[in-house]
Amino acid sequence: MNKKSFWKNDGVQSFIMSLVCIIIGLLIGFIALLIINPAGAFSAIGAVIKNFFNYSSSGARIKYFGNTLVQTAPLIMCSLSVLFAYKVGLFNIGVAGQYVAGACACLYAALAWNWNWFFCMLFAVAAGALLGAVSGILKAYRNVNEVISGIMLNWIALYTTNMLLSNVKEVASPYTYKLAQKGQAAILPQLGLDNIFNKNKYVGIALLIAIASAVIVWVILSKTKFGYELKATGFNKNAAKYAGMAEKKNIIVSLAISGMLAGLGASLLFQTGFEEWSCTQSSVPAMGFNGIAAAFLGGLNPIGTLFSSYFIQHITSGGAHVDKTMYSAQTSDLISAIIVYLCGFVGFFKYLMNKIVSGKKDKMVKEDVKEKAKKEAKEEVKEEASPVQDADIVEPEEGESTVFEENEALEETEGLENEEGGER
Amino acid sequence: MLILIQYTVLFASILLLVALGGCFSEHSGVINLGLEGEMVMGALGGALTMKFLPDGTPAVVMVLTVMAVSLLVGMLYSSLLAFAAINLKADQTIVGTAMNMLGTALATVMVKAINISESVDNVSSEIEYVDQKKNLIVNIGKFEFSWFMLVAVIALVVSYIVLYKTRFGLRLIACGEHPQAADSVGINVYKMRWAGVLISGMLGGLGGICYITSGVSSWKFEYGVAGFGFLSLAVMIFGQWKPHRIALAALLFGLLRALSNVYAGFDFLVSLNIPSGVYNMLPYIISLAVLAFTSKNSHAPKAEGIPYDKGQR
Repeated sequence: MNKKSFWKNDGVQSFIMSLVCIIIGLLIGFIALLIINPAGAFSAIGAVIKNFFNYSSSGARIKYFGNTLVQTAPLIMCSLSVLFAYKVGLFNIGVAGQYVAGACACLYAALAWNWNWFFCMLFAVAAGALLGAVSGILKAYRNVNEVISGIMLNWIALYTTNMLLSNVKEVASPYTYKLAQKGQAAILPQLGLDNIFNKNKYVGIALLIAIASAVIVWVILSKTKFGYELKATGFNKNAAKYAGMAEKKNIIVSLAISGMLAGLGASLLFQTGFEEWSCTQSSVPAMGFNGIAAAFLGGLNPIGTLFSSYFIQHITSGGAHVDKTMYSAQTSDLISAIIVYLCGFVGFFKYLMNKIVSGKKDKMVKEDVKEKAKKEAKEEVKEEASPVQDADIVEPEEGESTVFEENEALEETEGLENEEGGER
Repeated sequence: MLILIQYTVLFASILLLVALGGCFSEHSGVINLGLEGEMVMGALGGALTMKFLPDGTPAVVMVLTVMAVSLLVGMLYSSLLAFAAINLKADQTIVGTAMNMLGTALATVMVKAINISESVDNVSSEIEYVDQKKNLIVNIGKFEFSWFMLVAVIALVVSYIVLYKTRFGLRLIACGEHPQAADSVGINVYKMRWAGVLISGMLGGLGGICYITSGVSSWKFEYGVAGFGFLSLAVMIFGQWKPHRIALAALLFGLLRALSNVYAGFDFLVSLNIPSGVYNMLPYIISLAVLAFTSKNSHAPKAEGIPYDKGQR
C-alpha cells in the first residue's frame, strides 16, 4: 500500500519525469556530439556537465560557481513568472518581453537618472507588471489570447528597449554604459556574499531575493485565499464569476504579478553589472524562453524551479567549456531545447506511468466499490469512487485541471489510501 | 523608390509563404508557434544545398533543388510538432516554443561543426552563398526579381483553391472547427492534422530559405530568423486566417519591414526622424489593435490548440 502511494505521489512522479527528460536530453546531446566527432564526445559532454569543475584551482571553481549562480537568479524569476501564470491557467509566453521591459526600466533609471538600487529594482518590477497587465487587460476585456498578445508585446518591448537604451549607450559599441562607471548607486548590495565566492563582486542579494520569491510564490499559490481565487479563475472563469469572484480583475492581477516576477528577474541580472544591454540585438533574449524550460522541468513547483533553473544555467554555462576545435558552445542550448520539448508531453508520460503502476490495483478498487454498492452504502461509495477516478485517470489533455487539482488530488489520493487500508 | 518596392515584395513573399503555412496548420486545429524554428531549419537545408552543390550546376537545377530541400527539411522538422501535438497530445504552446529553441540551436551546432571540420580556425556559424544566390535572382531592368516571389504567388493561389475548393481543404477546415463532427462522418482527424502541420512545415521551410537569401549573401545561424516566424503569425492573425486577406496583410507588413531597412534613402522619411525601431514594431502594434477590436467575433478555427482525443465525447 505504502509503495503504491509513493509512486503515485505527484511530486515523486514529477521528479522522475524531470530526471527522465534530463537523461534523454543529455543522451541526444551526446549522440549529436558523437555524430559531429566521435573522438572527443565523451570529454565534451563531460565538460558540459562539469561546468565550473573544469577549472583546476579551487579558487577559480568557487568564483565561476558564483557566476553561474548570478545568472541563475534571473532564470529563477523568469521560470517563477511562467509557473505563476501557468498555475492560474495562463500561458505567459510574454515573460521574455516583461523581462526586457524590466531590463529597460532598471538600466535607464540607473544610467540616466542615477537612481538608488532599490528604486531601480522597483521601477523594473513596475515595468514588467505594466506589460503583463496589458496582456491581462486584453484578455479580460477584449478576449485576446494571452499567448498571441504576449508574442506581440515581446517584440514591441524589444524594439522600444533598443531605442530607449540607445540614449545611454557607449558611443563606439552597441552596449550600454557599465554600471560600475555611470550608475554605481544602482549596483545591488553584495551583503558580504562576494567574499564567500572568492571575491566575485557580482554575487550578492540577487540570489537571496530569487529564493525568497520562490517561497513567496509557493505560499501565495498554495496557502492563501488570494492564490486560491486566482487558480479558481484560471480553472473556470465562469464558475469563479458565479462564486462571486471578480474574474476580470483576477486575470489582470495574475498576469501583472507574473510580469512583476519577470521584471524583477531582469533587475537581478542587469543591476549586478554582470552584463550590459546590447542595443542592436535583433531577437528577444533567451532568458525568458529558458524560463519556460525551467518552469516545466521543475515540475511546475516553485521549489523545484530553484533546482531546474540552476541545472539549465549550469549546462548553459558548461557549454562554454567544450573543446572549441571540435564542437560549439550551443551544444548546451541544444540539450535544453530537447529537454523542453520532452517536457511538453510529461502529461502523457504521467498518464502511462499511472496506468502501469495502478493497473492491477485499479481493478481491485473498483470491484471493492461495486461490492460495497450492493451493501447499500450508496452515499459513501459515491464520495469515495469519484476521487478514485479523478486521481487515477489523469488525461493528458486536461493539463490545466491536473495542475489545478495537483495539491488537492495529492491529498485526496493519500487520504483515500489510508481509508482503504483501514477497510481491508 | 524601386528599392522600396523590391524589398516590400520580397518581404511580403516571405511573410506570405510562412503565414500560409501557419494558416494550414491552424485550420487543421494545431497552433503552430514553431514556425520560427521551421524557417530556420528550412533555411539551413537550403543554405547547405547551395554550399555543397558543385559549381557548374545549371541555374534551373540549382534553384529547384534548393527549394525542394528547404521544403523537405521544413516538413521533416515539423513532424516533431505533429508527433508531439497530435499523437502524444502535448501542450502545443510548449512544444512550439521548444521547436523554436531547438531549430536555432540545432542549426548553429550543425553549421559550426561543418565550418570547424573545414578549417579549425573558422568557429563562426556563417554560411556564404554569394555566387549561388545570383541564380535565385533575375534582373528585370533595375528590379531584382526573385523566384521566390513567383513561388509565393503560386502558393497563394494554390492555397486558396485547396482550402476552399477541394474536398481535402474543406475536411481540413472541418477538423479545426469541430473535430468530433468531422470524425463522426468518417474523416480521420489525426491524418488531417498531420497533413496540416506538414504543409505548414513545407511552406515555413521555403519561407526560411527565402528570408536568408533576401538582401544578404551569407547568414549567421546563431541569429535564427530574427522573429520573422512570429511576424508571420501576426500576418496570419491580421489576415483573419483567410489566404486572400493574408496576402494583403503580408504586403502591408512587408512594406513596414522594408521601410525600416531603407528609410534612410528617402528624404521625407529621414526628415520625419522616426527611428527604424518604430517601423519594426508597427506590425506588432497593428496586429494587437486588430485583435483587440475583432477577437469578440474572431475567425480563428474554433478547435485550435485542443488536442483531439478519439475516446472523448
